[in-house]
Amino acid sequence: MIRKRAITVSVNGSAYARDVEPRRLLTDFLREDLGLTGTHIGCEHGVCGACSILLDGVSARACLCLAVQADGREITTVEGMGEIGRLSLLQEKFRKHHALQCGFCTPGMLATAHEILTDAAPLTDNEIREALSGNLCRCTGYEHIVRAVSEALNESLGGAAAGNSSDAG
Amino acid sequence: MQDDVRPKLIGSRVQRLEDPRLLTGSGGFVDDIQLAHTLHIALVRSDHAHARILNVDVDAAGTLPGVVGIYTADDFSAKPLHATSRMKGYQSTAITALADGKVRFVGEGIAAVVAESRYVAEDAASLITIDYEPLPDLVDPRIAAASDVLLHESHDSNILVSRKFARGDVTEAFANASVRVKDSFRFHRKTPLAIENRSYLADFNKGKQALTLYSSTQVPGVIRDALAKVLAMPGHSVRVVAPDVGGGFGGKASLYPEEILVALLSRTLGHPVKWTSDRLEDLLTTSQAFDETIDAELAVDKDGRLLGLKAEILGDVGAYSIYPWTAALEPMQVAGFLPGPYQLANYQAEVVAVATNKTPAGPYRGVGRPAAAFVLERLIDMAALLLGLDPVEMRRRNLVQPDQFPYRTGSGIVWDQSGFTECLELACKGVNYPALQAERSAARRAGRWFGVGVASYAELTGIGSRMSAAPGMPINTGTETATVEIDASGAVRAAFGVASHGQGLETTLAQIVADELGVPLDSVQVIHGDSAAVTHSTGTYASRSAVLAGGAAHLSGQAVRAKVLEAAAFMLNTDTDALDIEDSIISERGTNKTLSLMEVGRAVYSEMGRFPLEMRAELDLRATKFYDPEFGTTTSATHIAAVEIDPETFIVTVKRFLVAEDCGRLINPMIVDGQVHGGIVQGIGAALYEEVVHDQNGQALSASLVDYLTPSAAETPKLEVLHLDTAALGTLGGYRGMGEGGTIGAPAAIANAITDALSHLNINISELPATPERIYRLVTQAIKGDT
Repeated sequence: MIRKRAITVSVNGSAYARDVEPRRLLTDFLREDLGLTGTHIGCEHGVCGACSILLDGVSARACLCLAVQADGREITTVEGMGEIGRLSLLQEKFRKHHALQCGFCTPGMLATAHEILTDAAPLTDNEIREALSGNLCRCTGYEHIVRAVSEALNESLGGAAAGNSSDAG
Repeated sequence: MQDDVRPKLIGSRVQRLEDPRLLTGSGGFVDDIQLAHTLHIALVRSDHAHARILNVDVDAAGTLPGVVGIYTADDFSAKPLHATSRMKGYQSTAITALADGKVRFVGEGIAAVVAESRYVAEDAASLITIDYEPLPDLVDPRIAAASDVLLHESHDSNILVSRKFARGDVTEAFANASVRVKDSFRFHRKTPLAIENRSYLADFNKGKQALTLYSSTQVPGVIRDALAKVLAMPGHSVRVVAPDVGGGFGGKASLYPEEILVALLSRTLGHPVKWTSDRLEDLLTTSQAFDETIDAELAVDKDGRLLGLKAEILGDVGAYSIYPWTAALEPMQVAGFLPGPYQLANYQAEVVAVATNKTPAGPYRGVGRPAAAFVLERLIDMAALLLGLDPVEMRRRNLVQPDQFPYRTGSGIVWDQSGFTECLELACKGVNYPALQAERSAARRAGRWFGVGVASYAELTGIGSRMSAAPGMPINTGTETATVEIDASGAVRAAFGVASHGQGLETTLAQIVADELGVPLDSVQVIHGDSAAVTHSTGTYASRSAVLAGGAAHLSGQAVRAKVLEAAAFMLNTDTDALDIEDSIISERGTNKTLSLMEVGRAVYSEMGRFPLEMRAELDLRATKFYDPEFGTTTSATHIAAVEIDPETFIVTVKRFLVAEDCGRLINPMIVDGQVHGGIVQGIGAALYEEVVHDQNGQALSASLVDYLTPSAAETPKLEVLHLDTAALGTLGGYRGMGEGGTIGAPAAIANAITDALSHLNINISELPATPERIYRLVTQAIKGDT
């Protein structure tokens, strides 16, 4: 048997201590060991972006990470971004602009978009397209996603300019 | 819907009811379902395209701790399924859980390892060795058609379908033509590529002797009926649930061997059994499509009027005739839709569908129509160029005119009233066609390779019982059912046979039911994707759900409304005619007497004694209605694309893309726009990037997302969509199907735009995708030819 290793990972603000095989993928750790099935697996070779999460605040492909690599680090998954009845700014904009259809790529798309808002730089639509280019969506044709991210970005920048100190997303 | 009551929700851009769960990671896709004591499957798949299986050595794998069992075809006695057809001369193929004695494409499943985790299952699978006797790989359909080597030994040849048809006098049409244009067109193989891979979880309940299959399928009803047959179990003991499904596009609209496999193994082992595809397996085994070579010739008179069309369609349908659609599906649809939305009386076509050692072909968004539109729209532009006519004027002269409907096409399809010419004019207005032409002229003067392309098409959607979604197929796809009910708490539930997987049917069908009943949108719970919810269902495919399920929603909603009014009229001691329902409140006009839906529900179910005895048998607030649009209805559109080609890299950039379409009355314009956008971008992928490539041994070379390219946001232009928004006359509610159209017009419009951009080199785009390498070769040849 492969010897397991003890890890402690902070996910959405809660600390989880688990013993895992060194080869266990972070996606499987999140989905199966922690029951956080909002992180989806689309390709397991780092192209489609469906599994994108925030690792220490930076977007990362969970399918290209091992669970042991997350030891001692902070992860945010889609479950930590908002709740039914209390959607985040980005989630609200995605709903308003119909930026999701089947919803499978959406958690990863939100992670990347979250990073765009955190970077807090004004972007043109073409720059937003470039910034989202690591997340494939097969349903929407991206048009409504770009609108949702653009509006969320403008509002969060506008809020910051007006002296609102709350963080960007 | 009463005529005097203006609908409030139908036609509104209401936000989707499914979004909150999907946005917060609270959705439930098949792989998210974790049942206790679930066993996991890893499959050993063929790395030969064509070979006899001599031996499967499982000894080393079987001793690995955590392995529960290893299975091959010999372990199952279930009878194979066949996709049958009434079509003359059609040859079906046997569909089994695992390859039986021989493999016919790379990726076909041979052995299934069942283990306590997927990790262990994969460890064990890697220890299994298989001895093969290689057979000749039949990769080219022309060679396969003539070969004595057969994929399926019981067949007469590898030709699964062969049909010819003709209408009018094609010979005379060609004799009278001023201009004849022809080419050999090639549309390369695609894969639907849903971002969610296929996933199946079977849960056999020993006590009840009943099986539940959770499947990422578009067609739970079709799968239920098929599994009941394979498992020899009554339908009530087989339930197929499609929970949240992460896109389908046709790739999840057929029965798969792995669905049979998990069902058989769960019954054998008495445990839940799960298999989830990885992306490599998806790219090897999910049904592929659009693999045709079409030799076509068009005859045109001196005024640009279309006289006749001839076509030979060769379809490469892969190793099996897919269930339930059959191998006839795609190539026959190419032939059926090739005459397009035009006045074209004389048409002849020959269709041959050939089995090859490749992944089975199946439905993919647009089915046959993207290739048909590509060929005809290219031919029309070629003829227009020879005649010196503008492509828009050429189409204007030939489109079926508003006073010519219903119009029977050369292939026998009947177009009902649809905005063919209106869409063309609206699209031209939308892009400001003269300004776009001026922009092109200016770009060309500056030495840029800039082109504009137009494509018009029509498609039949919401097909009813008088037609078949696939030719000769024996299952009924032409009706849809809805059960609408109000329970004892006053809550509204509406159950359908369709299976939404991104289309937003939980919202659009709720809009219809809510308007019919006079209740708020979010008070309607829509049940779909569950074979147990209705007595008969198939699922969601072929742009049918808004038309068929929408129609059934109207009928059932009206019937329940009548029942509510009858009960309320008795309770209020008035006539049903005097009552209105709004916001779940029933009120009598001209008085202040009201009742809530909750009060009616409670009275009907919990206080039945309030009603006279003779009313009670029919008192329940529930109705099931079927809707059958009989023939279906015509959706039409014109797409206009502007592209620019980099003369150094030969990369094509889509600068502008506009669609003007007639999908009848819009239930939710926001959702319609989203469907069109998604369709266009799949069409852009088909035109520029996407291609499943096999080598001469049938090995898949495009077996990762690095090799199979699909558009990201960065390659996608801003998309513009315009609607006619006029009710269809032939369907209840006036809806037309529109889920596929974007993919039909886009490849043709882009191919025309690229040809236009390369017009200074006299290049015709007759092969898609138009990759930089293909354009480079065409340009180099053209320049060589000149010198």
